[in-house]
Amino acid sequence: MFKTALRNVLSHKGRLLMTMLAVVLGTAFVAGTLVFSDSVSTALKNSLSHNYDNVSVRVENNAAGEDRRAQDNTSGAKPLTDATLRQIRALPGTASATGTVEGFAGISDPNGNLIGGRGETQGANFSPGADGTDTRYPMAQGSGPTSATQVAVDQRTARKNGFKVGDTLRVAVNGPVMRLTVSGIFTSDDPALSSGGSLVLFDTATAQRLYTGPGQYGWIDALAKPGTSQSALESQIERVVPHSDNITLHTGASLTADAKQMVEDDSKNMKTALLFFAGIALFVGIFLISNTFTMLIAQRTRELALMRALGASRKQVRRSVLLEALLVGLTASVAGLGAGVGIGAALKAWAGSSGNIPGGGLTVTPSTVLITLAVGTVVTGIAALFPALRASRVPPVAAMSSNDQPASQKSLVVRNSIGVVLAALGVGVVLLGVSQGGSAGRMPVALGALLVMLGVFVLTPLLSRPIIAATGPLFRRLFGISGTLAKQNAIRNPRRTAATASALTIGVTLITALTVIGTSVSTTITKQVTANMKADYAVSSQLGYPVSPQLVSQLKSAKGVTAASAADSQYVTVNGADLSLNGFDAGSFDQLVAPDLTQGTLDAFKQGQLLIDADHAKSLDLAVGSTVKVAYPNGTSGSLTVGGVYPKSDLLGPALLSEQALTGHTVAPFYNVVLVKTDGGSSSANEQALRDATGLNPLVKVQSQQQMVDQFNSLISMMLTILYALLGMAVLIAILGVVNTLAMSVFERKRELGMLRAVGLDRRGVKRMVRLESVVIAVFGAAMGVAIGTFLAWAANGLLKSSLSGLTTALPWGRLALFIALGAMVGLLAALWPARRAARLDILGAIKTD
Amino acid sequence: MTTTALRTAAARASDLSKVYGSGDTRVTALDHVSVEFYRGEFTAIMGPSGSGKSTLMHCMAGLDSVSSGSARIGEVELNGLKDKALTKLRRDQIGFVFQAFNLLPTLTALENITLPMDIAGRKADKAWLDRVIATVGLADRLGHRPSQLSGGQQQRVACARALASRPEIIFADEPTGNLDSRSGAEILGFLRSSVRELGQTIVMVTHDPVAASYADRVIFLADGRIVDELQAPTADGVLDRMRRFDAKGRTS
Repeated sequence: MFKTALRNVLSHKGRLLMTMLAVVLGTAFVAGTLVFSDSVSTALKNSLSHNYDNVSVRVENNAAGEDRRAQDNTSGAKPLTDATLRQIRALPGTASATGTVEGFAGISDPNGNLIGGRGETQGANFSPGADGTDTRYPMAQGSGPTSATQVAVDQRTARKNGFKVGDTLRVAVNGPVMRLTVSGIFTSDDPALSSGGSLVLFDTATAQRLYTGPGQYGWIDALAKPGTSQSALESQIERVVPHSDNITLHTGASLTADAKQMVEDDSKNMKTALLFFAGIALFVGIFLISNTFTMLIAQRTRELALMRALGASRKQVRRSVLLEALLVGLTASVAGLGAGVGIGAALKAWAGSSGNIPGGGLTVTPSTVLITLAVGTVVTGIAALFPALRASRVPPVAAMSSNDQPASQKSLVVRNSIGVVLAALGVGVVLLGVSQGGSAGRMPVALGALLVMLGVFVLTPLLSRPIIAATGPLFRRLFGISGTLAKQNAIRNPRRTAATASALTIGVTLITALTVIGTSVSTTITKQVTANMKADYAVSSQLGYPVSPQLVSQLKSAKGVTAASAADSQYVTVNGADLSLNGFDAGSFDQLVAPDLTQGTLDAFKQGQLLIDADHAKSLDLAVGSTVKVAYPNGTSGSLTVGGVYPKSDLLGPALLSEQALTGHTVAPFYNVVLVKTDGGSSSANEQALRDATGLNPLVKVQSQQQMVDQFNSLISMMLTILYALLGMAVLIAILGVVNTLAMSVFERKRELGMLRAVGLDRRGVKRMVRLESVVIAVFGAAMGVAIGTFLAWAANGLLKSSLSGLTTALPWGRLALFIALGAMVGLLAALWPARRAARLDILGAIKTD
Repeated sequence: MTTTALRTAAARASDLSKVYGSGDTRVTALDHVSVEFYRGEFTAIMGPSGSGKSTLMHCMAGLDSVSSGSARIGEVELNGLKDKALTKLRRDQIGFVFQAFNLLPTLTALENITLPMDIAGRKADKAWLDRVIATVGLADRLGHRPSQLSGGQQQRVACARALASRPEIIFADEPTGNLDSRSGAEILGFLRSSVRELGQTIVMVTHDPVAASYADRVIFLADGRIVDELQAPTADGVLDRMRRFDAKGRTS
C-alpha cells in the first residue's frame, strides 16, 4: 500500500503542487513565528542576564514620584531617602550602594520635535562614586553632569541627532522646558537603551527634584561584599529600610528571573497572536487540500474500483489515500520548515537593523521542528479524511463502467439541514450575546460567530446555485456564450465551488469584520470630537501627566487665544457613589465645549450647577433639579443641584462642574487637557503661537480638532494594515485554492474543451470562459465574506458599545465594494495559468476517445 | 447526383500527406491522398485500424495540420491557415458528430444544439431549427440535459447540433460506434435523410460495413492511401471489398 501511495504522489506531482504550496505557506508561517519569537526572546534574555550583575539587593519605592498626581491617594507611602541610603552603605554586608532616580524625560531633536515615542525616552540620575565616575554609565566623551544646568546623553541618541558635548539640549519632564548643556556622552547596557530607547542623565539633585522630590530615590541598589549572599544582605537591609507597603526588596537573582519572565510572557503573547493568524491560514489550507483529494479521487474512481475488484479492502483503500496525504503533508512541512526558518531569520535581521532587538543567533528549538512537521502533516491528514472515506466507498463495479461522466451528485439534503440548523443557531446565539452586551456577551458572540461561519460553509453549496444562477442573464448579455458556459461550470459541482469559495470567504470575513469595526469606531470618535468640541485646539501632555498650572496661564495669554480653559479632573463622591468630574472655567465654557444637553441649560452650569451624563443620571436616579450630597477630594462636603443632562461622551466624561464651584474643594488641580479657542480658528500661525507659548516644550502636545481625529484614525488604519498583512497569507492560500480548482477542472473537462474548440470556440473564448468561472467563484466567496463579516462586525460593535458610548455600525461602502472588486481581481489572477492551459489544449488529444 | 459531371466538391484533398514523428519513429498516416467530397452527397471513409481514415477526416476538418499537399473546404485552403481562421472556419462551415457524443453536460439539449451559433453570436434560423429538431425527433426532449438522455438520443442531439448551423460539410467520426444497432440504424437513417431531404454534405468515418452502406459512396483507405471506391454501396458489397483488401494485405 505504501508503494501505491508513493507512486500516486509521484504521478500526480503536478496536481498536488498547489496543495503542497498551501501546506508549505501555512507551515512556513508557523515555523517563522516560532523561530522569530524564540530568537528574539533568547536575544533579549541574553542581554538581560548581565543587567543585574552589580545588584545584590534592590530596595524599591513603588510609589516614587506618584504623589505628584492629585488623583492618587498615596499619603501612607514612605520615601527612600538619603538617610536610608547611608544606612544601607553602613551595613556590614554592603560593598557599595547607589540610589537611582528615574522617569520619563522628553528630549527635543534639533527641529524641536520629541525624540522617540511614549515611554521610550528616560531620564535618570548620574551617581558618581569617589572617583567621579558612575560604573553604570561610562562616559565616551566629556563627563557626567554635576549641576542643574548639565545633562549627559546616550551615544546612539547623540549620534542620531548630532548632539555634541557643549550643545544645548531642550529637555522637559513635567513643567517648563529646560535648556541644559550636554556635559558628556555615555554608553550603557541599561535596558532602556538595549530596547532602542533614549536616555539622559541629570545630576542626582536635579533628578530628584524632577522625579521623586528632594533627597528621595526611586530605588537603591546594594552590592554585597564577597562572602555575603544576596539573601543575607537582603535580611540585613530589611532591618534598616522604612516599613511600608510601597517599599519592596528584591534580590538580584529574582530581578533577573522576573525580567526574563516578562520577556517570556511578551514573546508568548506575540507568538500566540501570530500563531492565531497562522492557524487561519492553515484552516483555509484545509479547504484546498480537501478539494484536491476529492478531485483526485473522482478522477481515479476506476483505478480505485479496480483495486477493490482485485481484492483490496475498504480499509486498505482508505489507508492508501490517507498515506498519500500524509506523505504530501510531511514533504510540504519539511519545505515549510525550511522556508519558515528563512522567514524567521529575515524578520530577525529586519528587527535587528531597526535597532529594537539586540543581536544574536537564530534559535530553532526541537519543538519548533516537531510542531511544524506535526501541524503540516496532521492538517493535511485531516483534510484528506473525508476524501479517503469517499474513496473507500467506491464500489468494485465502478471499474467496469465505461461511463466517465462524473457520478451524479449525492443529495445535499442532509448537508443543507445541518447548515440551516448551524447558521440559525449561530445567528440566535450572536443576537443573544448582543442583547446581553458588554463582556457578558463576549462568549455567546464568539461562539455564535463560529457557528454562523460553520453553518454558512456547510450551506455554501446550496447558496451557490441560486446566487450564481442569478448572475446568468447578466453574464449572457455581457460575455455571450463564454459567460453562459462559465456560469454553468461554476454551479455544476456545488461542493467544489463551495469549498473553493469558502476558502476565500474566511479571509474576507475577517478582513471585512475588522474594517467595519475600525470604521465604526473611528466614525464614532470623529463624531464625538466634532460634536462636543467648539475649541480649536486641545493642549495636553505627551504622557498621562497633568498639564502644569503655569502652562494654562501661558496659553491664556498667547497671541490669538480668545478663550481657554483647563479641564480639571477630580474624583468626588455623589450620594455615596464615586464619580469623576471635569471642572471647566464657567466664563469660557460655552465657547469651548458644546454638550448636547437633553435636559437643562448651560446657564445652570455657569451658576455652579452639576451637569451629568445620561448613563450616570440614570444609575444615580438624578434629573434636572435633583439635589445631591457631594464629598470633595480635600475632605470637604456640600450639596449640588443637577442643572443638566447630556448624552454619554468619552470626551466630556461622566460629569461637568464649573472650576469656580470646585474652588476650595480640591487638594491640587489635575489638568489633563487645556481647551483653547483661537481667533480665526485653527491655522498654522495659531498653532505656532500656542507652541511658542509653551516654550517649545517637547512634552506638550498641541492638537487641532482635525489632528485629534487624524491621530486616532491613523492609529486605526495602522492596526488595520497590520491585520490585513497578517490575513494576507490566508488570502494567498485561498487564491492557490482557486488556481487549483480551475486547473483540475480544466483537466477534467479536457474533452468538453476539445469539443468546444472543434465546433468553433476560439482560444480567446475558452480563456474567457475559464477566467469568468474563476471570477464568479471568487466574487461569490468575497461577497459571502463581506456579508458575514458585516454581520459579525455589527455584533462586535454591539459588545463594544459598553466601552465606547454612542458606537454605531458605519459601513465603509467604498472599502466593501473594493473587497468584492479585489475578489474579482483574485479570480482573474488565479485563472491566468489554468485559462492558458485550457486554451492551449490540443483539440485532437482532447476529443479522442480512450 | 445524377451524373459525375454535375457534382461540385464541398471539400477536396490534393496530394495530401500527413507524417507523424521523425527518424525512427516516423509514421506516414496519409500518403499523397487526393479525393473530393461532393456537395449534397453522403460519403463514407472506410478502412482498417491505422489506415489513416481518422487522420484524413481530422485534416479535412481543420482539426489537425497537414504535412504537405492541400486540403480545401469549398474554396478555402486549410493548409497554412492560422488557428483563429481555422476556428472560425470550423464554427461557420463545418459540423461535427463524434463517436462519444461530446455534449456539454451543463447545457440542455436545445442549448447544445444551438451552441455553435451561440459561439458565433448568431441567432438561429427558427424555421430551420424547428425542421432539424422535428427531423431528429427531439421536440419533447429539448429541456433535458445529456445525462437524462439515452445514448441514441444524445447522438441525435449531436447530429442536430451539426445540422443546425447549416454547415458546408459535416464530419462524423464513427457516429454509431458507441450505440446499439437499433439506435445506430436510427442515426444513420437520419444522416442519410438529411442528405436527401436537406441537401447536406456528410463525410463519415466508419469501420462498420452496415454503416457504410447508408452512404452514397464509399472510399477505402489502407496504409494511408486510397485503394478503392464504391458507388451506391450495399453492406455485402462493402464487406466483400474489405475482405479482398484483407486478403491482399496478407498475401502481399
